[in-house]
Amino acid sequence: MCLDCGCQLAPALTRDFPRSPSSETNTIMRDLLADNDALAQRNRDYLDARGVVAINLMSSPGAGKTALLEATAAALQGEINFAVIEGDLATDNDTQRLRARGIAAQQITTGSACHLDAGMVSAALDEIDLNRIELLFIENVGNLVCPASFDLGQHRNVVLLSTPEGDDKPAKYPVMFRAADILLLSKADLLPLLGDFDPARAERCLRDLANPAPVITLSARSGTGLREWCDWLRAALGAEALRASGSKTNAPAST
Amino acid sequence: MHELSLCRALIEQVSALAAQHQARGVSVIRLRIGPLAGVEIGLLRSAFPHSSRGSLAASAVLEIEQTPLQVRCETCGGVSEVSLNQLHCRHCGDWRTQLIGGDELLLQAVDFITAPAPHEEAQHVS
Repeated sequence: MCLDCGCQLAPALTRDFPRSPSSETNTIMRDLLADNDALAQRNRDYLDARGVVAINLMSSPGAGKTALLEATAAALQGEINFAVIEGDLATDNDTQRLRARGIAAQQITTGSACHLDAGMVSAALDEIDLNRIELLFIENVGNLVCPASFDLGQHRNVVLLSTPEGDDKPAKYPVMFRAADILLLSKADLLPLLGDFDPARAERCLRDLANPAPVITLSARSGTGLREWCDWLRAALGAEALRASGSKTNAPAST
Repeated sequence: MHELSLCRALIEQVSALAAQHQARGVSVIRLRIGPLAGVEIGLLRSAFPHSSRGSLAASAVLEIEQTPLQVRCETCGGVSEVSLNQLHCRHCGDWRTQLIGGDELLLQAVDFITAPAPHEEAQHVS
């Protein structure tokens, strides 16, 4: 029987291991990230209680996460109030950039850590006035590998793939792209210049991961796709409000 | 390189369990890791000696069982063993499948050292 929930495990998982005379084998079956996941769920409950929907924004470095937030703020001005938790290895450049646009932003400088974790987000949440917002973006450290493994307490995962990176990235980083609740093909204004990025191929690579997430071709610079993106955000807020009224919370597609 | 964070989490869990069991040490740690857990097993192994230094698990052997990647088709119900970036059904070809195994990242079992080591026993007797 598993120590966490008392479930009955399949026989293959509970087989006896050979024992040495001075040792005893204990079957544990606990997720290595169980402590992080428990803290993440606490963050989610905390946000739910305040009616705030959190979105984990992930991509490689330089895919346009901050530019997307700037464009989103302009598009949603007067309609949806949001704040941003900014994860960055070494600088607060993006926080300064957002604040200059009047967007509430809280910096987490991770030092050498290549990802945010639930503990870092929990500390940052204490610094944000959640009564003034409905939506919280958590801009993760630019990295297509590590952030996918850590639940932060978010309700949705958004993954950006910028067109200069190439359309086969979902095949190369399956853990990250499987976790996406929506895929934004950013810097779409560069498509005519690049010539070899095929949005349909990027979508095929995503489907090969059995991920049904919507795909939006988007340019923060030209405004292409921003309307669809904002519609998706409104739908996410609506769905979470509905879920909250039924007192159920929602984890992202995969963490 | 989040394997170092994972390894630290592992050592914290194992140390807490060892304390609960009043163990003198840990001889074996068994993990189950799936291909979609997002873990580079070689990096995890190389992070282990560094993370475990000074803990009850410092001399433990790390045994890692790699699990297969399996999906169940939402259309035909068939189960397929699949590869990391091709999760479609091998029976009917549909991409709409559910992962049924292969993203595990589990601490499966721990062997605790409960009795004194033989040379310690000998010293105790003399």
